[in-house]
Amino acid sequence: MKSIQVNNIGKSYHQIPALKDISFGVEKGELFGLIGPDGAGKTTLLRILTTLLIADKGTATIEGSDVVKDYKTIRRIVGYMPGRFSLYQDLSVEENLKFFAAIFGATIEENYHLIKNIYSQIEPFKTRKAGKLSGGMKQKLALSCVMIHKPAVLFLDEPTTGVDAVSRTEFWEMLRDLKNSGITILVSTPYMDEARLCDRVALMQNGKIMNIDKPQRIIENFSRRLCAIKTKNMYRLLKDLQGFQKTNTVYPFGEFLHYTAKENDIDMKEIIKYLEQKDHEGIEMREITANIEDCFMELMNKN
Amino acid sequence: MKTIGHILEKEFIQIRRNRVMLPMMIVMPIVQLLILVHAATFEMKHIRMHILDLDKSGISRQIINKFKGSPFYEIINFTASDADAENDLLNNNADVILKIPSDFEKKLALENKAKVQIIINAINATTAGLINAYTSSILADYNKNLIAEWTNAPALLKSISIRTTYSFWYNPELNYSNFMVPGILVLLVTMIGVIMSSMNIVREKEIGTIEQINVTPIKKYQFIIGKLLPFWIIALFELGFGLFLGKILFNIPIVGNLGLLFAFASVYLLAILGIGLFISSVNNTQQQAMFISWFFMVIFILMSGLFTPVESMPQWAQYINIINPVAYFIEVTRMILLKGSGLADIKKHFVSIAVYAVIIINLAVFKYRKTN
Repeated sequence: MKSIQVNNIGKSYHQIPALKDISFGVEKGELFGLIGPDGAGKTTLLRILTTLLIADKGTATIEGSDVVKDYKTIRRIVGYMPGRFSLYQDLSVEENLKFFAAIFGATIEENYHLIKNIYSQIEPFKTRKAGKLSGGMKQKLALSCVMIHKPAVLFLDEPTTGVDAVSRTEFWEMLRDLKNSGITILVSTPYMDEARLCDRVALMQNGKIMNIDKPQRIIENFSRRLCAIKTKNMYRLLKDLQGFQKTNTVYPFGEFLHYTAKENDIDMKEIIKYLEQKDHEGIEMREITANIEDCFMELMNKN
Repeated sequence: MKTIGHILEKEFIQIRRNRVMLPMMIVMPIVQLLILVHAATFEMKHIRMHILDLDKSGISRQIINKFKGSPFYEIINFTASDADAENDLLNNNADVILKIPSDFEKKLALENKAKVQIIINAINATTAGLINAYTSSILADYNKNLIAEWTNAPALLKSISIRTTYSFWYNPELNYSNFMVPGILVLLVTMIGVIMSSMNIVREKEIGTIEQINVTPIKKYQFIIGKLLPFWIIALFELGFGLFLGKILFNIPIVGNLGLLFAFASVYLLAILGIGLFISSVNNTQQQAMFISWFFMVIFILMSGLFTPVESMPQWAQYINIINPVAYFIEVTRMILLKGSGLADIKKHFVSIAVYAVIIINLAVFKYRKTN
């Protein structure tokens, strides 16, 4: 039995489809990522799986329980962390944790071992009101609160959005720890670079899953040669490359442009010569291996 | 039960932490009672009268003396010019002009009848009505004496005139605060019930905690009870506190059984909290909830008979009051406190409000859905 099984789920808001025929399965103890930009349908999918929303069509089960029929069972065994910080800001750190333990009939003491690594970091501030915590600490508290009742499956909706880089890394380390203790985790994120931290990812766009695989495999399957190019005038470079007849795609990535050619045969000399003709200075160009974002862009183009 | 206990515990911690709510619960009844009871009075004093005496006769002087002697009137000017009098009214120096035309006494003597004119500033219709009633009754009183004096058969006249004597039961001195305090208490309890409870539930939606709560084993009814019960308790406490203040500040009579009053209040609060729940279930932000609550509160209170008697409202308005819970509670509160009514007297109100509570709570719970 899969921990999460989704079959042909579809959902529309006023005739505008948010999810189109989504199917996938998540193994027990897997860290599964839903990767996609805003509006891809990640939150809608999470809300359906956590029984907050009813799908228009399709079925889904969590640990064998149907999300519509057995919603009561599911609410006992899952933990859901919404994208928005949704703990009581006027309650202290400890009061929040105690409340969320109590309503599941649990106590902090009996499940302390589950959250020890996370909670111990914010425990010195346990009398502080949740609203007065920093962004990273809020995330830790929220994670503690959804873990305190020992859920079998954890749903996290964009847990790292709006959190600084250091806290993001820390947060993912915590997720790995939780996963190692056997909890199934479904996490959504708009950050492509976080995909490699998951066991498997589903790349989502416009309510559809474009690809599901291990992040490594997705990268390996990237079929094209890829070059990073940089010159002194990046904006003109982008325009010029878009105007180049052999160009397939060109996207800005940080300080470089990522370039693929139509024939999948990049002649670096030819491109450099073309750019020199266009009076570009300080041309840097090298072949690179693709990252998830390149794969995402390629998939997006295919669809 | 345990789950409800946990929600209650959380609610009371939050209420205690709220910097506005707790002080307001103490300050609100005191201020409302002190200000509204003293300020919102229907007694007219210091009616500013301009006397336009064109006759300057013995009779006119007698009439004027009647007004001079009255504690309700203040003669601010005394002229024989229409223009002056009108100016006083126009500049809001006078509330009323009493015009005694020339030849008043002569006409009275010759024709046995004569006219005086009263001109009232009716910007405020209520005040104007009161001034008219006061002034007319003083004139009528004088008129009666005059007839008795002038006719040759005073004995006969006395025998045919019907004398009305009155005594005001349940509020013998027509003490305004006795009438107002119970009403203000109702206002207080209702405000806590509707506004605070609806805003409290909507707040969970607004800050997003409802999402988190919904993915827990908390059941719909547990959440609702946990959210509403604190305000049921607080409102009853406020009623007690308000009664206590009314007793020590205004010495209002408490003739009836307080237990009965609280019993009625507890059922009444169920209906009121049901309205609060209903409002919260159709709104998503505290601002919306506040606005809608206020809309209903204003209508309920103005229609309830707190300030104006229900009996003098048009028939359709009285029908509306059938679904106005505030009207029931105001009537019952006054009946119990001033009249000492017992359970048998308010049985009809009791049943009505109980039915009301059942209907509105069912409607609200139906509307309030845990899942979309």
